[in-house]
Amino acid sequence: MSGKPPPRASGATPMLEVDRVSAGYGAVQALSEVSLHVDPGEIVTLIGANGAGKSTLLMTVCGAPRPRGGRILLAGEDITGQPTHAIMRRGVAQSPEGRRIFPRMTVQENLLMGAEALVKGDPAPQMEQAFALFPRLKERLSQRGGTLSGGEQQMLAIGRALMSKPRLLLLDEPSLGLAPLVVKQIFDAIRLLNQQTGLTVLLVEQNANLALRLAHRGYVLVNGRITMEGPGRALLARPEIRDAYLGGGHG
Amino acid sequence: MAYALQQLINGISLGMIYGLIAVGYTMVYGIIGMINFAHGDIFMIGAFVSLITVLLLQAGGLMAGPAAILLVLLVSMAITALYGWSVERVAYRPLRGSFRLAPLISAIGISIVLQNYVQVSQGARPKPMETLIPGGIEVMRDGAFVVQFSYSQMLIIALTLGVLAVFTVLVTRTPLGRAMRACEQDRKMASLLGIDTDRTISLTFVIGAALAAVAGTMYLLRYGVIDFYIGFLAGVKAFTAAVLGGIGSLPGAVLGGLLIGLIETFWSAYFSVQYKDVAAFSILAITLIFLPTGLLGRQEVEKV
Repeated sequence: MSGKPPPRASGATPMLEVDRVSAGYGAVQALSEVSLHVDPGEIVTLIGANGAGKSTLLMTVCGAPRPRGGRILLAGEDITGQPTHAIMRRGVAQSPEGRRIFPRMTVQENLLMGAEALVKGDPAPQMEQAFALFPRLKERLSQRGGTLSGGEQQMLAIGRALMSKPRLLLLDEPSLGLAPLVVKQIFDAIRLLNQQTGLTVLLVEQNANLALRLAHRGYVLVNGRITMEGPGRALLARPEIRDAYLGGGHG
Repeated sequence: MAYALQQLINGISLGMIYGLIAVGYTMVYGIIGMINFAHGDIFMIGAFVSLITVLLLQAGGLMAGPAAILLVLLVSMAITALYGWSVERVAYRPLRGSFRLAPLISAIGISIVLQNYVQVSQGARPKPMETLIPGGIEVMRDGAFVVQFSYSQMLIIALTLGVLAVFTVLVTRTPLGRAMRACEQDRKMASLLGIDTDRTISLTFVIGAALAAVAGTMYLLRYGVIDFYIGFLAGVKAFTAAVLGGIGSLPGAVLGGLLIGLIETFWSAYFSVQYKDVAAFSILAITLIFLPTGLLGRQEVEKV
């Protein structure tokens, strides 16, 4: 539902370039020569079934696990093999699988933690931005992270990721386990952020219908390999996508 | 009454020493979920470094006044912290991501290594030291019995409270403290927020070792005799204190240390000196059976 993808000057440097990356945990090979790119200002989605390697890809971009082959470039700079904290300090933020809210910190402390090691200066503007996107967070400010509902935790995870004013936001299944109304609220917020601030987003989703409607472009990951790519709407219209990921019509 | 008051003073000052060591156990447990069984021996190293520093200062004729004692303390903290850092680096970090028991076994190995290293390099015989802080004040007199609050006990209590105050500020108010809390609650997420988790863990060991060095120096000043084996008993008792207080809880470690110190002292005073260790370890067994989360465990307190 987003507008046209931002015009891409030919030869412009992508914000993120994943170049034939292979990765895995122990004996398990989760990614095999995956290549994709995300241009500045774009929302790109990576869809695929459970266990396809989507979360592994986001974590590999963040340096853990380290890629076994291939290169990862952030705005043209090679970040392959760098430790996680160093990569994040270059302007990457992630709202990870399972949200990973600090359970014994308050909502406010969780948000401040997002800015703590990554940006200098007063975090108040980002805090206001998070409240504007998700007013619920403001109401829950002094509540402990562990006592929030799933939807509130997801909002907090995204809000926390935004606290560092990232160049690239990685979102891992923000819709997982949430009520449709909450999912809509969160997806609207992502769209608004992208339109207003030009934030670059790489979104991993199982909910292909929603994700492909939101994103400018999409990739399909099957067993650790990219099998299809294209504009969100175009992918949505492909019959094999409809059969595999939108079966039953409930997305 | 007078006798009990004397035991109370003795128990509190002993408990402070246990508390300082217990903080090191509980911090490391909080952040990487392992019991650092070498921590008692780090305390022993702290005591030895203090003794060596004292002897060097005496040889140079400089061992006089509070400034000299402060210098001994600082030297011991610095060198012992280096030991703590090295132990983590050599014996625990390579095993991170390995199975849970691996660093525990490694810790027991390090404990044996440190004991033998000191035994070989310093000799096995107990090392006595002349009293550096003699005297004290008379609190009360009951017939022939005089309740004495010695200057060394006052120093232990004042210094422990001071060190713990600084430590509390460090943990609650500084970026390092926040990084430690984040690592303790979710290490992977902490790294995703740009926190260098390896560095944070290293610093946790450094701080824990520095606190153990304070305890080692206090032990030396108060009891005047050390050997390569003192770390074992003190370590197990401080571990008991950490479990009693609720492992992972910082205030719990101090509270547990005080309780173990008091229980041990009163037990020795009224029942049997020979069985004082039995009292401390019975507490460990009873706590683990009936109160496994300890007095201030998990939910109730903020931990590191």
